[in-house]
Amino acid sequence: MAEPAASAMRSAPDAEPMLAVRGLNAFYGESHVLHGMEFDVSRGEVITLLGRNGAGKTTTLRAIIGQLRNRRGSIRFGGVETIGLPARRIARLGIGYVPEERGIFASLSVLENLHLPPAVGPSAMSDDEIFELFPNLRERLDSQGTKLSGGEQQMLAIARILRAGSRFLLLDEPTEGLAPVIIEQISRTIRILKERGYTIVLVEQNFRFASSVADRHYVVEQGRVVDMVDAGVLEQNLGKLQKYLGI
Amino acid sequence: MANTTTVSPGIAPGTALEQDDKPLHRVIFVALALLLIAAPFALYPVFIMKVLCFALFASAFNVLFGYVGLLSFGHAAFFGLASYVAAYTAKFWGVTPELAILLGTAAGAALGLAFGAIAIRRQGIYFAMITLALAQMVYFFSVQRPDFTNGEDGIQAIPRGHLFGIFDLSNDMTLYWTVLVIFFAGTLLMHRLVHSPFGQVLQAVRDNEGRAISLGYRVQRYKLVAFVVSAAVAALAGATKAIIFQVATLVDVHWSMSGEPILMALVGGVGTIFGPLVGAAVITTLQNYLVSAGSWVTVIQGLIFIFCVLIFRAGIVGTVAHRIRRGL
Amino acid sequence: MLTDLIGIPIQALAGQLLLGLINGSFYAMLSLGLAIIFGLLHIINFTHGAQYTMGAFAAWIGMTYFGVNYWWALILVPLVVGLIGVAIERLMLVRIRDIAPLYGLLLTFGLALVIQGLFRHYFGASGLRYPIPPLLSSGSNLGFMFLPHYRAWVLVASIVVCLATWLVIERTRIGATLRAAQENPGLVEAFGIHVPRLITITYGTGVALAAFAGVLAAPIYSVQPQMGADLLIVVFAVVVIGGMGSILGSILTGLGLGLIEGLTKVFYPEASSVIIFVIMILVLMVKPEGLFGRAH
Repeated sequence: MAEPAASAMRSAPDAEPMLAVRGLNAFYGESHVLHGMEFDVSRGEVITLLGRNGAGKTTTLRAIIGQLRNRRGSIRFGGVETIGLPARRIARLGIGYVPEERGIFASLSVLENLHLPPAVGPSAMSDDEIFELFPNLRERLDSQGTKLSGGEQQMLAIARILRAGSRFLLLDEPTEGLAPVIIEQISRTIRILKERGYTIVLVEQNFRFASSVADRHYVVEQGRVVDMVDAGVLEQNLGKLQKYLGI
Repeated sequence: MANTTTVSPGIAPGTALEQDDKPLHRVIFVALALLLIAAPFALYPVFIMKVLCFALFASAFNVLFGYVGLLSFGHAAFFGLASYVAAYTAKFWGVTPELAILLGTAAGAALGLAFGAIAIRRQGIYFAMITLALAQMVYFFSVQRPDFTNGEDGIQAIPRGHLFGIFDLSNDMTLYWTVLVIFFAGTLLMHRLVHSPFGQVLQAVRDNEGRAISLGYRVQRYKLVAFVVSAAVAALAGATKAIIFQVATLVDVHWSMSGEPILMALVGGVGTIFGPLVGAAVITTLQNYLVSAGSWVTVIQGLIFIFCVLIFRAGIVGTVAHRIRRGL
Repeated sequence: MLTDLIGIPIQALAGQLLLGLINGSFYAMLSLGLAIIFGLLHIINFTHGAQYTMGAFAAWIGMTYFGVNYWWALILVPLVVGLIGVAIERLMLVRIRDIAPLYGLLLTFGLALVIQGLFRHYFGASGLRYPIPPLLSSGSNLGFMFLPHYRAWVLVASIVVCLATWLVIERTRIGATLRAAQENPGLVEAFGIHVPRLITITYGTGVALAAFAGVLAAPIYSVQPQMGADLLIVVFAVVVIGGMGSILGSILTGLGLGLIEGLTKVFYPEASSVIIFVIMILVLMVKPEGLFGRAH
């Protein structure tokens, strides 16, 4: 089993990681979902949380952004301890969140959806930059948000946090239910964002997609990180990963 | 067998009845009976009868709210209509008091059937608003039909009459024993209802209506029966009250009367058998003390509402039940 | 010239229709406030009627003790009563956010009793008179009817306020935030928006709307402690008929029902006090979720 703390040292020896999760426990009502999650994310990295259904990947994202209030342990973001903060304060530190099912608001138009999040960082993208990245959205601004196709909704969900200026993105299964062409488009977008220095945490079931964009993969099982695989040594570890994921 | 019931969040404490709570309930009922038999020798019988009527009224409300999860804001309609019917039949038709009470109860039950069929089409806060609006119709009707209700003055000087044509109820003690029997009949009926298989289904509906439906229960039927029983018992209380106080007025059908059983159930403990009885005793006593305080009674009742919702949601009996880990 | 319609003089008909529309505009303003509050807080604000009463009393107190005229009252009273609403939300409603919405109904009912009892204690139950502002005290003869200017003003002002509220909710950024928070408050919070503050502002605004209606009502209805409670029960029926899903729906339902009530007064006066309840029953039998409601 990998030592998460050691791996963090290896990936960013000179600075505190952008995100450091230590001993994270989280609960839904009575049920204890996360049992001491530990992992790091360095600035500019794309990492994935891989694992089977119910392993606790989505819960981890919800705990980081603070949507899940019942959590213990330590989550440091940019040197700030966020475990006691409400979600809005955590978001204001510059974290953008795309939830499962994308979270597009049905009672808001596309433009309203796009303009909903307030600015949380200095590097907010302008509408023009957004439309350069996601040309489809430009024609659909007056549509009802949920009238968009699944792919367009996913783009909108990513677009609105970029427009708010988040440089650290939490994406929960961005490819779920999408056609291969669209997945390719999203994968391209993520690579562009990575080039521009964004830091991204991906929760994925789609291993092929994950391996096409990520620098490192954390394997989550029963609410804790059980392994970490670098993209560079992915080939050698394929068998092991397949066993973890049951594919 | 140890009682291992834990109160799950969102459910009023003290609602889960384990087998071994039954002897406890029997003991409490016997103690209550003894207490009520002794009470009129120490306290003013008319006052105790008032408590008993409101205890019945509050229990009727509580069956719906505490055990089915339906908050009725319109129980004054059944209470008030029954009060008028009992008053009218006793005074103008000259029927015996037991018949007057029976007629009042039947009228309330019939109205409950009609209102229930409409109100159960919605749930939650809509149900509350609908029952309130329906009850207001009865109020307006009462205002507009002075030939039946005698308008602002109400029906006064109702003869208490002779029970079965034999026992003279103008004697407070004779009336007291009669009311006591009515009270126990109503309370035990509801106790049986709540703890019967029928009652178990009602509580399943309250806790998770969707699941009850998927288990094949005809949920709307169950709700309607519960509503009619609740309306009938509220009516029984109203009719009995009319005979005791020999008066039926617009106060009985006004919306503020619908607030009374809610407050009593809340103070005593929603979803407990004995809570409404305790709540009725507390609130009626309080009203008796504050009778000269005028508008302050309303203010104080409002404050009690706020207090109960904010920090005392389990109520008196609910809190005790939680402490001793028993269903009361 | 046609002076009567199936035996009803046009004068009387037009007069009743105007009264109906005015009642309807109060239904609209109050049900609108209830719907806005319900949309975000998921509680039915039983204090709404008492807050409307507060508006009327505050206008009367302002005029009697502080010389605040009607026009200033129209601005100041909603602010003051709205701030009291903010305090109520911060001190009480915030504590019951995670428990069943029915308890919100009980809590606000208790508050309504307190407010009503206090007004009855200090001002009596008989009702106070509030003068029609001099600017609007006259009327015009329209030929087919006499139009008191104040009543025309009430109609215009309430419709303008309702439409303005609708515009703010449907067409502005804060409105979009409100709609999003109604749908998924957790996610809105996760975007960095202060949802608890939004809830407070929303409640305060709904209350201010009720108080505004109260000031408008003061010169035409008698200012008395019970005025809001009686009105609120009818408004509840209006809300059940319309459903609380649509802002515009609330406004239209309120005005429409007022009109129907006015017509009933002309053609079958005995039923006028219950006609709205009867319509409620019919709607529940045909479309239980309400005319503009969403089935769920």
